[in-house]
Amino acid sequence: MSTHVELRTGAYHDSVSLMQVSRVVAGTAGVQAAQVAMATELNVDVLTSMGFDVPAEAGPNDLVIALRTDTPDAVAAGLAAVADALAALRATSDSGGGDDTVAPRTLGSAAARVDATLAVISVPGQHAVTEAFDAITSGLSVMLFSDNVSVEDEVHLKDAAAAADVLVMGPDCGTAHIGGVALGFANVVRPGSVGIVAASGTGAQQVMCLLDAAGVGISHCLGVGGRDLTAAVGGRSTRQALHALAADPATDRVIVVSKPPDATVLADLEALADELGLQVHWAVLGPGRPDLTASIESFLVAQGVPVPTWPTWAAAGGGDDPLLSRGAALRGLFCGGTLADEAITVAEGELGGIHSNIPHDPALALGADLRHDGHVVIDFGDDGLTRGRAHPMIDPTLRQERIAAEALDPTCGVLLLDLVLGHGAHPDPADELADAVRTARATALASGRSLPVVVSLTGTDGDPQHRSRCAEVLAAAGADVYLSNAAATRAALSLLRSTP
Amino acid sequence: MTTSARPLHGLLEADPVVATAGVPLLADALSDQAVTVSRTQWQPPMAGTEADLARVMGDPRRAAANALALERMTSATATLVDVRPASEVVGLERGTFLHAGPPITWERASGPMRGALIGAVLFEGLADTAEHAEHRLAAGEFTLEPCHHRGGVGPMAGVVSPSMWLYVLRDDVHDATSWCSLNEGLGKVLRYGAYGPEVIDRLHWMTRVLGPTLSQAVRSTGPIDIRAIITQMLQMGDEGHNRNRAGSLMLLRELLPGMITADAASSDVAEAVRFSGANEHFFLNLGMPACKLATMAASGIPGSSVVTVMARNGTDFGIQVSGTGDEWFTGPANTPEGLFLGAFGPEDANPDIGDSAITETGGIGGFAMAAAPAIVKFVGGDVPFALRATRTMYEITVGEHPAYQVPILGFRGTPTAIDVTKVARTGILPQINTGMAGRVAGTGQVGAGLVTPPAECFPAALAALAARVPEGP
Repeated sequence: MSTHVELRTGAYHDSVSLMQVSRVVAGTAGVQAAQVAMATELNVDVLTSMGFDVPAEAGPNDLVIALRTDTPDAVAAGLAAVADALAALRATSDSGGGDDTVAPRTLGSAAARVDATLAVISVPGQHAVTEAFDAITSGLSVMLFSDNVSVEDEVHLKDAAAAADVLVMGPDCGTAHIGGVALGFANVVRPGSVGIVAASGTGAQQVMCLLDAAGVGISHCLGVGGRDLTAAVGGRSTRQALHALAADPATDRVIVVSKPPDATVLADLEALADELGLQVHWAVLGPGRPDLTASIESFLVAQGVPVPTWPTWAAAGGGDDPLLSRGAALRGLFCGGTLADEAITVAEGELGGIHSNIPHDPALALGADLRHDGHVVIDFGDDGLTRGRAHPMIDPTLRQERIAAEALDPTCGVLLLDLVLGHGAHPDPADELADAVRTARATALASGRSLPVVVSLTGTDGDPQHRSRCAEVLAAAGADVYLSNAAATRAALSLLRSTP
Repeated sequence: MTTSARPLHGLLEADPVVATAGVPLLADALSDQAVTVSRTQWQPPMAGTEADLARVMGDPRRAAANALALERMTSATATLVDVRPASEVVGLERGTFLHAGPPITWERASGPMRGALIGAVLFEGLADTAEHAEHRLAAGEFTLEPCHHRGGVGPMAGVVSPSMWLYVLRDDVHDATSWCSLNEGLGKVLRYGAYGPEVIDRLHWMTRVLGPTLSQAVRSTGPIDIRAIITQMLQMGDEGHNRNRAGSLMLLRELLPGMITADAASSDVAEAVRFSGANEHFFLNLGMPACKLATMAASGIPGSSVVTVMARNGTDFGIQVSGTGDEWFTGPANTPEGLFLGAFGPEDANPDIGDSAITETGGIGGFAMAAAPAIVKFVGGDVPFALRATRTMYEITVGEHPAYQVPILGFRGTPTAIDVTKVARTGILPQINTGMAGRVAGTGQVGAGLVTPPAECFPAALAALAARVPEGP
């Protein structure tokens, strides 16, 4: 066995690209393990835990190449694979043409070359504010995909945007739909006249997919960032979005989707909607409030649209053997923050407090190891888990590891998972998740336990990943699949109740 | 909040055209939907600048302040109005010596700077021998002050003493005056740190003959539009820093009638004309103060992140920024890379020296490299390199100079008004074309080539800008 670690300075690549490079290199013959990453604190920890010695001088702008190979000779093959994979990245990301042209190096420069109207920013959070101000100054609305932006910076950006009459969607805005174009994570849904304002990325996706299933289309979906309706941010972007949608000829009614909002902010926004004469349906989560599915059902009823039966796909092979033992705790492992939040809300109605990294009660916060013997719902897309790495909807590694861990944990009674499809998401996520589900169930079975799995599947058949195919793959692996996240959560609760 | 009939600039009513910075996946997803996407080749900014960048980028004054800086820089005029001794032009006192770059002491001065100061002390008759001059300088008996502090610029060592004659240039739009010394020609010259008898003799001749002759010429022919000459020379293959061939000829064409009719011995007139005509860098000393006038006009605008001075004293490289006024931000000067004269090599070269980087600061020189493909071999590159150099500078400048145009780039204006935030964001350093002085005092020129500022000047300036951003409402 041979180990090779090297630093390359001044060679920046984003974490998603490097994840792809690492995978390609790890698949090279003779290579046991490969990690190609920027030397952020988190990545250095990962490399150390993999047994690599990272030079102390490594900084976040240095590229680390770490290989473990069968033989010393294989190092060269691994490095050649690294070179090829990095070169392939350049071929797609460098828009430069001839050898005397120069690619735009700042967002303002890139925008000026095409007279852009919109900026999509997904650089690491500590650099995102600079890029966003550049966009605002250049007169562009911004989809700020980056997370780890402070509330103070968010307020500052949104005030600057309002002064410039542009919209800041975000930070941590995963989803938007403008003029038929899907931005970030977004599903392919039918066009229509319903405008959506979403302080919640996966919440917006859930709503769009439910509307699509009911035959209702959307005009635009404007993300505003998960904190927009908090007291600190005060609905700054939502106000602008409502103004814009009120003036938009393609929109005749609006759904506002949000995680639990601040009551005063919500009241102010309701008053604004009245002022604008805009018909707004408030699909906001919170204690005592309807879940998203119920909220959309009441919206449909109000519009005189029949409420459909929300699609479900039953696990192949019927139920698990009732004689097998089973844990008593709910384990929800989510990539979608709002889906996780909604699952917590629904489950708490029956189970009481749910331990989480996004808990409703601070006393229920999980420690750094995210472990607890009781009911647990984890949002793997939370800021704390995405610092220095890609969102789990792109890179599901962390959740895959946790699924495997739950399979070995006798306290785990039911696994509740989400899978979100659409543009921007993993191109083929179902097979990987189905493998994890199948393996987890087999692992549990090997130790004499049954491990039912429920999947909340947000998507449409128009999505590149094709919802029905994904659902069938998951069902074949032994999961019950639901389009409605609330229904999936209730199904998981029902399986817990039936625990022998 | 601003509202209008078409809120958000009509965002919802048109097909989105998108600029992206960050993960290619999101841009790919847009390309897959047939959306026009312009991708930023983004990389993290210079280390440790994140917070200062965010603060300066969020300064609501910045965009307008930089637009104003660019407007002033490009609207500044530059006319040669007079040639007079430094004692008259800037009231330079006997015993005070001006020099290139940020402030420097004798102790820290490099070889060529020391050589030029020794030469100037000898020229002023303040010492009889080089040793005596050096002793007096080391004893701190004289005052040293940057040319920039008196509104002027000096090439290489840039040493100016009271008896030396200066070109005087005016910017009538912004009511400003700048100046530069007369060019001494090539070879062993004071500005490159040489101070032998032939150097001192030439300085005396310049004071006795050349200065008065040029003065009469300018006064008889009237003000000469230096900016117009720069505009033309860029279209004739000069970049105005390392290549001034066309500019020198055009200037001579303007001055000749006044020189040959000057009230002086015909042999003196002939020598002045011969000296001026033989000097390919005759124009450099006019281009520099013209650029200084432009950058002076852009100086002192609160909130502006535009660089208004880049200058070197052979030890330190210093910059000044519009929004921070006269404050210097310095780092150790780099040593240029390029080609060497005769048997000289890299070990003979002194670190970067001179105020001539004012040309790049004003949007010509290395920034107009594409206009001067003939010099690329001299500075160690090929023609695509020259095109790429200018195109790269657009990534760190606020805008383009409407008058200074590059034919091969479709008459696009030269990249003008370096923005500290863009330098910090991209890590691209300004491209400077320069001469190289010998490391040892008294050597003279050893070569010419390319150099960049030390990177640390820019984060330092950025931090000072960030500290001046007013608290939010």
